[in-house]
Amino acid sequence: MEMVVFAVLAGVAVLAGLGVVAQRNVVHSALFLLVNFACLAGLYILLNAQFLAVVQIIVYATAIVVLFLFVVMLLGMEHARETPDLRPYHAIAGAALGALLLGGVVWAFVASPAAAAIEPGIVSDVREIGAALLTDFSVPFELVSVVLLVALIGAIVLAKTRLQ
Amino acid sequence: MVPGEYYLILSAALFVTGAVGVLVRRNPLVVFMSVEMMLNAVNLTLVTYARVWDDVAGRVFVLLVMAVAAAEVAIGLAIIVALARHGISADVDEANLLKG
Repeated sequence: MEMVVFAVLAGVAVLAGLGVVAQRNVVHSALFLLVNFACLAGLYILLNAQFLAVVQIIVYATAIVVLFLFVVMLLGMEHARETPDLRPYHAIAGAALGALLLGGVVWAFVASPAAAAIEPGIVSDVREIGAALLTDFSVPFELVSVVLLVALIGAIVLAKTRLQ
Repeated sequence: MVPGEYYLILSAALFVTGAVGVLVRRNPLVVFMSVEMMLNAVNLTLVTYARVWDDVAGRVFVLLVMAVAAAEVAIGLAIIVALARHGISADVDEANLLKG
């Protein structure tokens, strides 16, 4: 049963990923990206990371995809002129490099001893994550808040100023 | 139970799809979406290892990656908006002002 759910989610995730890359219309790409993120949220639930699945839906599937769609509409990119951005030799070179990379990464994963069978019955807890964030990982946690503040200011500055 | 390798191979496939998207697409928004997909593939790897080793560090790391990804998208989209004000909206190859 779990295998079936995994197969469906994985297949849809890969197809949606290919859709993001292959679609010519930016809006369609963004919607395929939404499907991809939703599938990953399902996989997180299979991996007993329920809190991360919810965060994935909230941050990626809503906030980031909506931001993308907002910029598409703001710039009128859904009617962007057709650039020849999937020229045949580009696609062939990209696919060849991709196949090489896939072979390398899969070989590295399979050769690593860590990918053992998953023990059933270990349930992650949001309390565990919260405790880790405020004890062992308190410095990265604070640094991330600074990163977000800097990104906020930077985005406002970049979007407001008119460069000469 | 689904073996951990399957998750890792899936994340490799998603990562490579994103990398190919960055290489072959020239619409800046699609390039950004591909980068997001690569970040998500890495997140899947981290969650898988967190599950295999029953270690909370991987999950915390995923949270941090999500925060940094959100910051990156905000900055990147602001850059795209700024580029669009200069008439560069559909092709990253046109943004070559910094080229020596």
